[in-house]
Amino acid sequence: MEISLLLKIIYGVASLLLLLLGVTYAIYFERKVIGYMQVRYGPNRVGPWGLLQTVTDVLKLLLKEDIIPSKVDRKVFIIAPVIAFAPSFMILATIPWSENLYGADLNIGLLYFIGISSITTIGILMGGWSSNNKYALLGAMRGVAQMVSYEIPLVLSVIGVVILSGSLNLRDIVYAQQDMGVWFIIPQFLGFIVYIISAIAELNRSPFDLPEAESELVAGYHVEYTGFRMAFFFLSEYVYAIAIAALATVLFFGGWLGPAFLPGIIWFLFKWSFFIFFFFWLRATLPRARVDQLMTFGWKVLIPLALVNIVITTLVKAWMG
Amino acid sequence: MSIRTEEMILNVGPQHPSTHGVFRLVVKIDGEIIQDANPVIGYLHRGTEKLAEDLTYTQFIPYTDRLDYLNAMTNNYVWCNTVEQLMGIQVPERAEYLRIISMELNRIASHFVWWGTFLLDLGALSPFLYAFRDRETILDLFVKLCGARMTFSYMRIGGVRFDAPSGWLDEVRKVVKELTENIKEYDLLVTGNEIFQHRTRGVGVITKEQVIDWGLTGPVARASGVDFDIRRNDPYSIYDRFDFDIPVRTKGDVYAKYEVRLEEIRQSLRIIEQALDQIDKVDGPIIAKVSKIIKPPAGEIYTRAEGSKGELGIHLVSDGTTKPYRVKLRRPSFVNIEILPELLKGKNIADLIAIFGGIDVVLGEVDA
Repeated sequence: MEISLLLKIIYGVASLLLLLLGVTYAIYFERKVIGYMQVRYGPNRVGPWGLLQTVTDVLKLLLKEDIIPSKVDRKVFIIAPVIAFAPSFMILATIPWSENLYGADLNIGLLYFIGISSITTIGILMGGWSSNNKYALLGAMRGVAQMVSYEIPLVLSVIGVVILSGSLNLRDIVYAQQDMGVWFIIPQFLGFIVYIISAIAELNRSPFDLPEAESELVAGYHVEYTGFRMAFFFLSEYVYAIAIAALATVLFFGGWLGPAFLPGIIWFLFKWSFFIFFFFWLRATLPRARVDQLMTFGWKVLIPLALVNIVITTLVKAWMG
Repeated sequence: MSIRTEEMILNVGPQHPSTHGVFRLVVKIDGEIIQDANPVIGYLHRGTEKLAEDLTYTQFIPYTDRLDYLNAMTNNYVWCNTVEQLMGIQVPERAEYLRIISMELNRIASHFVWWGTFLLDLGALSPFLYAFRDRETILDLFVKLCGARMTFSYMRIGGVRFDAPSGWLDEVRKVVKELTENIKEYDLLVTGNEIFQHRTRGVGVITKEQVIDWGLTGPVARASGVDFDIRRNDPYSIYDRFDFDIPVRTKGDVYAKYEVRLEEIRQSLRIIEQALDQIDKVDGPIIAKVSKIIKPPAGEIYTRAEGSKGELGIHLVSDGTTKPYRVKLRRPSFVNIEILPELLKGKNIADLIAIFGGIDVVLGEVDA
């Protein structure tokens, strides 16, 4: 009992550190990818190939003076970044990185993932509200409206996967794909499309990065935040990108499954990096959608599509027995 | 139960990423819908018109650079042309060709900046860098021609300051070819994009009547179906020697303005190509014989040219001394921006950025 608790703590701390490292290099990767797409080099000054650029950036953020404007709602202002960040880390516990490497083997893993991740919305609203800034408030309102609306198609889109695999356990979902002999991207293509679009909206990433639209709202909900508090918001965004990409890998691309000449974790990381790359690719390519068009698209296109997907999946499942 | 709501006053600018300088817009918003907009200008006011009264005619040339600093060649030209007209100076032909080439290159550079920053405002990051990559090739040409990247002061009363350095014209020819190719990338990256179309089509529509009532000019007017371009309707310099089209659209929305500007870049490239072919046969002085002290006869004159933003005009009153008695600058950005409050009412705050960006103003010119 003692030992297993210790192991869990070690896993937790190790994954937090790995995660920080992962986020640091995800940002580096993003800047390099977007740099090359924009006919420039990206970071290349600090360390070999600029590898230490983001490390120094993070250090700079941590060492900065912590400014709390005088007119903010102090308690809420301080606690908001924590509330936004903590769930993003908690959801990673259920991701099965390989057959044996996972934090928690939850029976309701998928439900847990989606349920916990929506807590972040509250952190964003708290941050925007307490900042006592009009841009922050507008950004937070947009953020909440967007995240609440896109959570619905996100949840609906994964129901097809749950119907096919008959489980909410993320490991069982991968095993179900092994048994079926085909990744769920093929039988659940419509579900995948809805999932990836609503996931990007849920992540507030381009082209749906309205809550922090720089050209409209300056920086959106975190405009008054500086130093490590801002870093927390920033961090939670990237951790979510990592988590959503991992979930997509598990649900639609067979998790760690792949030809046996490489270990499962490598396959997982390979597919997962593809999704991360995909997010960055979109950011380099697309303009930003408008807030009302975004809502219309979510409610009038994605939700009906997700429902159609559920109906088709159910009918096929019933017909096949 | 009814929820009590109230309008919020949002102060956009003068420090805001999308106001492109120090423009301030006080908007009354209900949720994200704009109820009222009140532009505040003057943060960059330097009193250029008054300053002119205390400067000689030649000394005023650098001040024109700082009006529309993205299109300084045309500013230079209009000032020089105004004084030349008043004095009846005949500009040598080679100088005219150099003027045309530099003005059209500058128009392209100006439209590149618009294209890049407009898409940046819409949230697309890459176009900005593509546009600046191409603009850089033009600025390099200007550096070789006159040593400056933006504030050229290249033109002089009676001609231009420098002849093209050896090989420069061939470089221009190469750049024109390059740009013609690169423009195709612009269409591939942006024009057909679904989100872009949704953001721009039907947004910020200006009717033909509004254009005429408000005195709008330039691409903004041509996007609304007003077929008017000073280069063709009231030719100045040697524009009548070139064959080019004036792109006109009728919709009047932001997308139409986008199309007009992109097409104008192509037409400008065409003009430069023809000018390059013709200038080879023209040799001679690059500046007319003008006395050191410029003293136009007493009288007044208004001349105009097609800047990248619209009709750029100068009304000059001379009392026969070495300094102008009064200079009135008709700055197209200043005139075009006036319609903004009318366009913004009832629009979403995200459209504010698109509509304002679509008009394409330079604050140095608005405030003068």
